Parts: sequence; structure tokens; C-alpha cells
Amino acid sequence: MSETSALRPERHFSPVDATQFGVVEKPLSIFERVYNLAAVRKIAILIVLAAAWEIYARTLNNELLFPTFSATVQAFVDGLVHGTLLVKAWTSIRVLLVGYAAGIALAGILTIIAISSRIGTDFLETLTSMFNPLPAIALLPLALIWFGLGSGSIVFVLIHSVLWAVALNTHSGFLAVSPTLRMVGRNYGLRGLPYVARILIPAAFPSILTGLKIGWAFAWRTLIAAELVFGVSSGSGGLGWFIYENKNQLEIPNVFAGLLTVIVIGLLVENVIFRTVEYRTVRRWGMQT
Amino acid sequence: MSATEPLLDVRGVTLQYKTRDHLVTATYRIDFQVFASDRFVLLGPSGCGKSTLLKAVGGYLEPVEGEIRLKGERVERPGPDRMMVFQEFDQLLPWKTVHENVMFALTSSGKLTGKAAADKARESISKVNLAKFADNFPHTLSGGMKQRVAIARGMAMEPDILLMDEPFAALDALTRRKMQDELLQLWDDTRFTVLFVTHSIPEAVKVGSRILLMSPHPGQVKAELNSLPRGSPDGEAVRALEEKIHSMLFADEVEAEGESHHE
Repeated sequence: MSETSALRPERHFSPVDATQFGVVEKPLSIFERVYNLAAVRKIAILIVLAAAWEIYARTLNNELLFPTFSATVQAFVDGLVHGTLLVKAWTSIRVLLVGYAAGIALAGILTIIAISSRIGTDFLETLTSMFNPLPAIALLPLALIWFGLGSGSIVFVLIHSVLWAVALNTHSGFLAVSPTLRMVGRNYGLRGLPYVARILIPAAFPSILTGLKIGWAFAWRTLIAAELVFGVSSGSGGLGWFIYENKNQLEIPNVFAGLLTVIVIGLLVENVIFRTVEYRTVRRWGMQT
Repeated sequence: MSATEPLLDVRGVTLQYKTRDHLVTATYRIDFQVFASDRFVLLGPSGCGKSTLLKAVGGYLEPVEGEIRLKGERVERPGPDRMMVFQEFDQLLPWKTVHENVMFALTSSGKLTGKAAADKARESISKVNLAKFADNFPHTLSGGMKQRVAIARGMAMEPDILLMDEPFAALDALTRRKMQDELLQLWDDTRFTVLFVTHSIPEAVKVGSRILLMSPHPGQVKAELNSLPRGSPDGEAVRALEEKIHSMLFADEVEAEGESHHE
């Protein structure tokens, strides 16, 4: 050891000043910067999909089976401007929001019961395993008997479709909160509801957000299906009813326009509302990359 | 050791916890007293129940025997009069900035509100030299900085006693030394009382004013030593004390083979 260090003298350097370097930071090329925008990439995907649709529909050349993208957009714009599409969409969204909100509220109550006691956990787990696999639409005939032909029964099935997904995700999120964070919260003397609201919910927010997204998708599916099958029941009728009606009149571009509305709303909610919430919360906090 | 009344009085504390198939006795009849402005170190090998003991002082665990009293009051649940600094870097709330993290501790425990809390938090953060990072979120900080925020949070609360559970164990050696020096400087300023858990002998000698040596399986008090006075970096004395502690801990490991602990 001492011999080797005698053979090899120590070396000392002084670091070169940063101004001596050619490049310390270099801006990315325009292509790289544009490609880094998620919105641009997604819009590119949408354009490719729309083009594929257009080409396929033109080669098929059968308006009744598969209208072209341009015809669908035409019908969509017509429906928005002259027709009832906007009213129908609003009818659907209103019912949807009521059911979604009620489902989330119930899920909140259930999960709070679940984390406050062991029997509560068992209660939630049992209920979830019983009802989660049950398709919401299967409950609609029953709901029609209980709540009559109105939005009441649709709200009931919506709650059913939202509740379990949100409760399950929220609960597993609560369980995954790190023991250190729990101890920190209790160290401040937080207990009961303030503890849940100020420690558990923010700490479990990534899972809760996933639950909300899944719940939203489930709610849409259930709503459209319910309106399609029992469309008449929801009074003035929503998007599902619009699709059903136009199918009967063989107005296929209108059917596609109805479907397109669902797709557009889905894209908007996911990419505008949920994305904004995500950026403002879990991404900002470094809980998700 | 200025006051005659101990600040923290741990008497005959036996702690047990359950795993899936065992009831484990973590510590057996531990006795010690911490006085105001002590830098009291719990030192021992892993498995001596020192962290469990600290959690019991924190109020997270109830002794099956004996009792823990803080200022004469029995410790029954966690509370802001005993602020914890954990080893883990995830002890800061990720959804709050550095400043909010410190402030949240003050407001949610009801210690201070509004502007008073904000000012106190700012003051405490600048004490640990993080004023520039006050508006950063924890995930943008290094491990050492996160631990400093945790210390700032603990100090801002002005607890009766600061409980530190191997706070520097997960740091690299260079940062750890720096943090130990900073902690001692903070202590020079405010003379807070701290109960510090570590398994590193040099750290115990450096940070502590009094050291409780514990033996493992289950944790029992082996000795209670005075460390060297603060501000006398006498290398020889430090080495001698480290050596002494080392041989005491080492002797225990050899004896443990033949000796069975009486329950």
C-alpha cells in the first residue's frame, strides 16, 4: 500500500471555468421540442386514426354500414347547429353528473367507514366483491320498478357503476399510505376526519384519481347502454336514445355522430379536466411521473 | 442536568409487539431519565428495540409494563409536544412545499395560526439554511435537505423533546457529518432536549451528551455513560470512548451465546 503510493505521486487539478466550454447547455431542435408536447403527439394519432377511417369507409363505399369520417363530421356539425344533438348530450351529461357525484359521495362514506374499523373494512370488501362484478345495466329492470320511468332509475344504476370502482381504488390507496406519513400526521395530533382529509386523502390521491377516471368511464358506458336499451324511460332522452332513434330511421351518419359525441366528450374530459387535475396535484407533488 | 426533575421519565418499560405468529418482546424493563437540554442517545445494535422504545416515547406504542412520563404526565398517544424526526425521506408531506410543510405542523396542531405560523416556519427554515428552497416541493430536494426540513419542522414546533429516529442513517457519509455538525450548532443556539436513536458509535459519541447502551433480544439497559463535553474535539478521548463502548457492545455479543436472559 505504502509502496504503491510512493510509486504514484498525488495529482492536483483546478477545474476549468465554465466559460471555457463550448456547450454547457444547448436548446433542443424545433422538432424535438414539438415532439415533446403530449398534445401534439396525441393530435397526430387522432389525425392518423381519422385518415384510416376515411380511407376504409371510402373503399367500402357503403353509407349504411360505415359512413365516412367526413360524412360523420358533417352529421355531427349539422346535429350541433340545427339538430338536437347538443340538447341530447346535455340531457345525458346532467344525469351523468348527478349519478357520478352521488356515487363518489357514497364511496367516500363507505371508505371512511372502512378505514376506521376492521369490521368496516370487511364490510366494504364483502360488498365490493358482491356488487362490483354485477353489470349495472342488469339492475336497470329492477330500478325501473323501484324508481319508475325517469332519471331516478338511471341515476341509481349510475351510482352502482361508479361506487364500487371509486371505493375500491380509494380504499387501496388509503392502505398504501406510507406508515411514516401516517405517524407524521398523528404526531401533529390529527385524528378522525381531519386526519383523513388532511393526510390520507392527499397521500392516496394517485389511487383516488385512478378510481375517479375508471368511475367516469363506467358511468358513461352505463348511461349510454341504459339509454339505448330503455331510452324512452329517460323522459326527453339522451345520447343513447339519439343513437337508437337514428338507427331505426337508418340515419347511419347520425348514429356515428352520436358515437362521435361520446368519444369527443371522453377525450375532452380525460385530456382537459383529469389532465389538469393531475398536473396540479400528483405530478406537481412528484407522486407520479 | 441543570434541573432536578427529569423532563422525560421512562420507568420499567417493557414493550411487546405481535408479528403474524410470534409475540416479540422488544425491550425489557428499561429505565432512564432525560433532563432538560440533554442530548440523550439510545445506542445499540439492531434488534435492541431502541427504535421501538422511541416510538413508545412518541406515543405510538403502549408499554405492557412500566410507564413513560413527560413532565410528569403519562404518555398515552402521539402529540405535538414530542415531535418525531424519522429516518425515512418520505416523512415530508409530498403535496406541500417546504414552507407549507413546516407551517402545516404549526397550524394543524393548533400551536400557531395565520401569519404567526408563516413567520415561525420561515424563521425555522432559514435556521437550517433552506430559505432559498422554501417554495420547493419535497421531491425536488436531496435526502439531506429533506432531513433538514424535518428538523426545521421539529424545531419550529418547540416541542418539550425532539425525538430523532436514526435521522442521518440513510444519508451518505459526507452529508451525515455535515448534518451532525449542523444539529450541534442548532443545539448551541437553542439548547433543545433531544432523544436520539442511532446504531453508530461515532455518531453517538459526537452527537450525544449522555449515552444509553442497550443490549439486544430483548433490549435491556447495559450502561448509561456520559459523553465528552461539547466543544472539546480531543481526538484521543473520542477514540478511547468509542473503543470503550465498542468493547462493551462486543462483549455482550460473545456472552449472549451461553447466557440465557431471565424473563
